[in-house]
Amino acid sequence: MERLNQIIAAHAGREGPLLPILHDVQAEYGHVSEEAVRAIALALNLSRAEVHGVVSFYHDFHAEPEAKPVLKLCRAEACQARGVEALAAGLAENHRVKIETVYCLGLCSVGPNAMVGSKVHARLDAAKLGALVEALA
Amino acid sequence: MTPNNAIGVRISDDALALACGADEVAAAFVAAGCTVERVSSWGMHWLEPLVEIDGEGFGPLEPSDVAAVLAGASAKAIGRIEDHPFIAKQQRFTFARAGKTQALSLDDYAAHGGWHGLAKARELGPEATIAQVTESGLRGRGGAGFPAGIKWTTVAKAAGTQKYIVCNADEGDSATFADRMVMEGDPFMLIEGMAIAALAVGAHRGYVYIRSEYPHAIAKMEAAVRACAQLVAPFELEVRVGAGAYVCGEETSLLNSLEGKRGEVRAKPPLPALEGLFGKPTVVNNVLTLAAVPWIMANGAAAYAQVGYGRSKGTMPIQLAGNIKHGGLFEVGFGVTLGELVMTVGGGTASGRPVRAVQVGGPLGAYHTPAEFHLPFDYETFAANDGLIGHAGLTVFDDTVDMSAQARFAMEFCAVESCGKCTPCRIGSTRGVELIDRIRAKGGRQPDRVEALPQMHNARKVERSLADEITLLEDLCETMKFGSLCALGGFTPYPVLSALRNFPEDFGADAAKEAAE
Repeated sequence: MERLNQIIAAHAGREGPLLPILHDVQAEYGHVSEEAVRAIALALNLSRAEVHGVVSFYHDFHAEPEAKPVLKLCRAEACQARGVEALAAGLAENHRVKIETVYCLGLCSVGPNAMVGSKVHARLDAAKLGALVEALA
Repeated sequence: MTPNNAIGVRISDDALALACGADEVAAAFVAAGCTVERVSSWGMHWLEPLVEIDGEGFGPLEPSDVAAVLAGASAKAIGRIEDHPFIAKQQRFTFARAGKTQALSLDDYAAHGGWHGLAKARELGPEATIAQVTESGLRGRGGAGFPAGIKWTTVAKAAGTQKYIVCNADEGDSATFADRMVMEGDPFMLIEGMAIAALAVGAHRGYVYIRSEYPHAIAKMEAAVRACAQLVAPFELEVRVGAGAYVCGEETSLLNSLEGKRGEVRAKPPLPALEGLFGKPTVVNNVLTLAAVPWIMANGAAAYAQVGYGRSKGTMPIQLAGNIKHGGLFEVGFGVTLGELVMTVGGGTASGRPVRAVQVGGPLGAYHTPAEFHLPFDYETFAANDGLIGHAGLTVFDDTVDMSAQARFAMEFCAVESCGKCTPCRIGSTRGVELIDRIRAKGGRQPDRVEALPQMHNARKVERSLADEITLLEDLCETMKFGSLCALGGFTPYPVLSALRNFPEDFGADAAKEAAE
């Protein structure tokens, strides 16, 4: 709770502080809890509904923590043109890793691409993607 | 023989190079005793990781290739990089420094023509600066193509002392990466462009709104903003990070997001130029628009306007992506034909199969066929041919593509990313997915239980044929095109209708014709 208040205090003076606060809370706790929503709403003089509305709007913020490690696989057009759909279909089921769809990592000339944390991987084939998933599991 | 430590090796530290293994290659050169400098990317992506030694290029390298390169016996040598046809054919204004400088080196930036534009703007003053931008013919590079000078004039003349410069760096379109390359390769250029805009319209604060999928660009921009704060003062600049919503690339939705709200689109008017961020007059420009400004100021509007085609002045950093042999960044004056870009520069498909479709302008752009390869790259020409150039990303597909699947994806993407504010986009896209699914299943549709009720006077009581379903899809697209608040719902019909018109065989056109006969 103390850390939460520190995060809020660090951004409170900025213009439009809600997104920077939510980013930090998400990074710190892995999700934006009901408790955090209450505290943020109180500090920014917003209703809980308003804060909840923002949390639920953006793909990056989660109300519940994600237990499994996440691999973000780009499945936008440029990666489709380079065969990501076949790659995704052939991916062996793995219950210990969450494969999340992302639309575009901006590496559209060297797809299929994936991102783990902030590390990006290009020119994936079945073997490389399989190895990435295995390394996470 | 030269000792290795005297050999200067240049390798990009752009996200794309890193994704292709540039760090591992750099480490191998360091281990061999070389001095490694991490620079911006040349934009020849099929050659990444590309290594430059005394102007000579080698790529795509793996750590195991290092010994051969140092021995002068590498099969991956491509000759002098600057003489490579992919580079030699370009007119690089915005990307003049690409591959040549370290992204975060103020010395490099200053030594390669940096800050001349801002100095010129300070010398000329606000009015003459706006006049230069207007005369250059620079248009919004985000896709709308609105003249930058007119937007700036509106903001400059707007009442109030508090004004903002907002840079739209929410580059969510598939096939586009030029914004990312500017931010990761030449961040000071973008900052200089924003500082010039601020001076021109009388703003003191600016924001760069970068999508969260670009962690490397965010880190570099934040470092660059800190490093040059004194040079652009009194203008204050801050980096803000998006949160995974594609629609926030739409300017009014981006402003809401910056304000800390849901990224829902606003109705226009009021224009952001008059009531933008926090209700204040705001310039919202794309990264490439602002990044073009320092060159225009330093070299003069006439030099910029001299290049181009029709009303599309200057150069466009075109992004060659998807199934293309030579993918990367190709900056050239407007007017180059689509066929030159795909076949001559891009070398056709990476798979070696024939090109079947090229989507121009990202997920909201039309699918073109090789029959349209004669079209010159220009805002008006593409608009007249039921397409758009958007942010100038080209996605090439070979003949294995199923165009009805691509049309379905366009609708699905719209359904996933819709902000939900207007009905045609929010609901139309979902109905579009269902409709295309039925078309793909080649089935018509019987009236459902609700439609069959006697009180449903207007509902159709007889079976819909496949041809009826296609007419319904066209109808739905018209509704979305003219009824949506922003380009997401409004432009989703472009890929859908172009796929339908240019590739009717993928939508069971033969079956529909047979059934009709």
